[in-house]
Amino acid sequence: MDALVAQLQMQFRDYTISLYQQGFLDDQFTELKKLQDEGSPDFVAEVLSLFFEDCVKLIGNMARALDQTGTVDYSQVGASVHQLKGSSSSVGAKRVKGLCVTFKEYCEAKNYEGCVRCLQQVDIEYKTLKTKLQDMFNLEKQIIQAGGIVPQVDIN
Amino acid sequence: MVCEMEIEDMDVEVLSSMWPDDVGTETDKQFNVEKPAGDQDTLKEVTITEKPAIADLKRLSELMDSTHQGSSQLTNLVKQWEYMQDHAVMLLRDELKSLSRQREEAEAKELEIIEEHNFESNGHENVLVLDDKSDFLRSSSFRERKRSQVFDSEKIEVDEVYDTVGYWKQKALRLEKLLEASRERERRLIEKLNESLKTMESHAAPVEELTQNLRRAEGFLHFILQNAPIVMGHQDKDLRYLFIYNKFPSLREQDILGKTDVEIFDGAGVKESQEFKKEVLEKGMASKREITFETELFGSKTFLIYVEPVYNKLGEKIGINYMGMEVTDQVRKREKMGKLREHNAVRNAMETELNKTIHITEETMRAKQMLATMSHEIRSPLSGVVGMAEILSTTRLDQEQRQLLNVMISSGDLVLQLINDILDLSKVESGVMKLEATKFRPREVVKHVLQTAAASLKKSLTLEGNIADDVPIEVVGDVLRIRQILTNLISNAIKFTHKGKVGIKLEVISEPFFTSENMNDNKPTTPKQILSNEEQNGDPETTVWICCDVYDTGIGIPENAIPCLFKKYMQASADHARKYGGTGLGLAICKQLKVELMGGRLTVTSRVNEGSTFTFILPYKVATPNDHSDDQDEFSDMSDHQHIAEDTTHGYFQFQPLLRSLYSSSEGPVTGQNFLTHNVTQSSCIKLNGFASDLSHALPSTNIAQSEAISSCSFESAHKYPNGESLYKEYESCSSSQASNEGGALVMESEPAVSSRRQEIDPHETTSERCEESSKPDSKPKILLVEDNRINIMVSQSMMKQLGYPIDIATNGVEAIRALQRSNYDLVLMDVCMPVLDGLKATRLIRSYEESGNWEAAIEEGVDLDTPSSETLQNREVCVCSTKRLPIVAMTANTLSESSEECYANGMDSFISKPVTLQKLRECLEQYLC
Repeated sequence: MDALVAQLQMQFRDYTISLYQQGFLDDQFTELKKLQDEGSPDFVAEVLSLFFEDCVKLIGNMARALDQTGTVDYSQVGASVHQLKGSSSSVGAKRVKGLCVTFKEYCEAKNYEGCVRCLQQVDIEYKTLKTKLQDMFNLEKQIIQAGGIVPQVDIN
Repeated sequence: MVCEMEIEDMDVEVLSSMWPDDVGTETDKQFNVEKPAGDQDTLKEVTITEKPAIADLKRLSELMDSTHQGSSQLTNLVKQWEYMQDHAVMLLRDELKSLSRQREEAEAKELEIIEEHNFESNGHENVLVLDDKSDFLRSSSFRERKRSQVFDSEKIEVDEVYDTVGYWKQKALRLEKLLEASRERERRLIEKLNESLKTMESHAAPVEELTQNLRRAEGFLHFILQNAPIVMGHQDKDLRYLFIYNKFPSLREQDILGKTDVEIFDGAGVKESQEFKKEVLEKGMASKREITFETELFGSKTFLIYVEPVYNKLGEKIGINYMGMEVTDQVRKREKMGKLREHNAVRNAMETELNKTIHITEETMRAKQMLATMSHEIRSPLSGVVGMAEILSTTRLDQEQRQLLNVMISSGDLVLQLINDILDLSKVESGVMKLEATKFRPREVVKHVLQTAAASLKKSLTLEGNIADDVPIEVVGDVLRIRQILTNLISNAIKFTHKGKVGIKLEVISEPFFTSENMNDNKPTTPKQILSNEEQNGDPETTVWICCDVYDTGIGIPENAIPCLFKKYMQASADHARKYGGTGLGLAICKQLKVELMGGRLTVTSRVNEGSTFTFILPYKVATPNDHSDDQDEFSDMSDHQHIAEDTTHGYFQFQPLLRSLYSSSEGPVTGQNFLTHNVTQSSCIKLNGFASDLSHALPSTNIAQSEAISSCSFESAHKYPNGESLYKEYESCSSSQASNEGGALVMESEPAVSSRRQEIDPHETTSERCEESSKPDSKPKILLVEDNRINIMVSQSMMKQLGYPIDIATNGVEAIRALQRSNYDLVLMDVCMPVLDGLKATRLIRSYEESGNWEAAIEEGVDLDTPSSETLQNREVCVCSTKRLPIVAMTANTLSESSEECYANGMDSFISKPVTLQKLRECLEQYLC
């Protein structure tokens, strides 16, 4: 039993580190984790589910705005991008945030091609992140089910 | 007889040539020729029997007769043979003759042909053509030799005893054989003759063909010569043209032939070519040269000339062949190529140089970026330190502590100022600095600057402001920058002036000369841009150029130091730096960056020991006085409407230290609620913020406490203990002045507004800590988070929770204002970029409320307020603390559009860059809520 826990913990640690190393997450995610305590045991999950809801909504908004034939309202797209940038920055979704920065530049330059490309990338990126984080939460759950505690992962 | 016979024989032998003439005339020589063949048989029939017998006379005579007969016959035969021989010889001679004639003819022809070919050239081709013929000639001479050999072999040998019948017979036989052989030879010769005739005939045909070929070749050559893009000519040894191909079209043949180059045309290059040809002729060596002609005939052309000497058969020079090709284009191209190559090389060099520069620039940029970042990083904690020190200074301290604290605060302020300068510099250099176009009153600005300067004045100087009447009451420009420039120049002036006066003079001038050149500059912002900014506001306004002199009676600047005066980190001299301190950044920022950024110019004139005058000229838009847009500057907001009439017309201010009776500001004593609240705001602002720049623009219109603030005692401390006379005196004693005591009292009496203010404040709050305690019975400070992103809200909220602070949330500027209306907060965390009403505008409106005590500006802005009733007014009146400056901390995404400068400019106190972290929040809360 202990061996299983240890193995799961190891796996969890490695997985989390890999997420940081591959640039999916940054320190802000660590900040988020710090905020999770007895008072709010599911804080990270809550924030993240909110974040992914936002992603769906905002990406939907951007897609609709960019789908307009004729004139595209770049300010509308930009507003959504800004929102997404803020959100991703707050949860530490590094790659999404980085893409948002580029996206915003394209938006300001009114570069349609660039915007569409960024939109697609953001869509892929947040979905990837979602899967990865789900995997991570599953691991956490498994650890808890196995009777262990989720280890604190020191990134540095 | 015998002798006779011998002689005869010999005669016959030797004189054989004589015979043919006699015999040759005979018509029947053909017969004779045939006869010997028959005679041979007759000779054979004659059998001579030699018997030694006694001669019978009869018989002897008979014998004699027959002998005679025989000998005559023999003679005849001999004669006949000789004749035949002669005949053959003759025939042969004839043949020889005709052959040699033919040969001569052939030779002649050959010579002719050779000569013909020689005429054109002695080239190899000609030799080839004549090869056959020379073979033929060689073979004919060979035949000649053979013939002589044949003759040599002709010898007649006779074995028999001479002059016997046998002998003759034998001889005859031999001769006959010889004859036969000779005839045979003749026949063969004839055959050969025929043959050679035939070959001659067959040779004649190729000659025809060759001639034709030659003609074709000649035609071809001619074609080439006439169509080749080259000039060809032949000149004799006097360099006169004998013939020329492809001459210049306007010249006729007779213009050229028989003349020299020099005679034909003149101009540059002609002589050179002539010399060159001469040289070739003399040296006898063919050579090439490029000669550029510059003649009237065909303009400027370059020819590549090839000249070779021509020799006759004797090897004497008889002239030159000359060939010229026009290479003007090639030469031009070649020169171009050379130039291009040179350019390329230069460009490459420049490129490498540029790369180096780019590298250096990049490095510099990185260093600058780092400097800016570092400065920024330093500023935040430092402002905390200074702020805390200022708060500390409001507590009860003994004199020593106070002095130490004052040093601490002034040092801190100095460092802050320096950091602000550095930040400004890096901002302007990176082109991020934006200019604002706001309305302001130049007179007030000047007044405020002077007042501020007077406040910290530690010398006995007169500060004066002089504004020409034609300066508009309100103009549009970047008041913050202009203020900074003025403050900088004034503080410089004060620094280097020990007695006399320092002043500012404003006047309107016509458009200066440099504007046109300035437009071409690559400055990040030219006046045009400022103008276009304003045009966006929709007000068509006229530009006015205002010249501002900042003069002093100080130490002056030596002429040689002036050029480096405006350079960064440079001061007039190292001595000055030591003596007066400072970073040397101020003027650089003023000139190169601020003034020129706004499309103006900063100049200086100075005389050592007499003073300096810094002059800057800037364009402004003239504002229409009654137009109150939201961009209106705080200075115009500050002064109450009732004072405008007074303020705007006055053009002269004077501030003198220590003698308060002489303090003759145009403004009368200011009274009223507004002023009171204003001053309170200001004091808290200084406490909490501590930026020198903020200090300068947050200062009220009149604050006597400033102008009389003396030496070591700061303004805050003065007003902290207004009642404690003993302390007050202590400060005054620090100064060298004696009048200050009186003055201080005078102020307090003569300006009831000020004293009443102090009295009013004092019971409420002796220290800021007490203020907080008194205003808030509950220990927890109230914090308002203004943020539109729900995830950010969630995260921030959670963080604040962990830090132990409950927070209220507003999701945009309007909600924030409504929340502020409803209750009091101790801190506002404000997102910058928000829908409906963004953080910057909201902050401005909140500040305007703090200053004016009403939300009019917000209502004007279109903010729909919850309770515009008297309730709020009451609220405000009840709680004095509500009017104290509310700390507003911006939360920026740290992008260019959300710069910290902009936050400060809009009245925010500090900022946290996103994403918000626990650490950042903790620091912020510690700074503002302790």
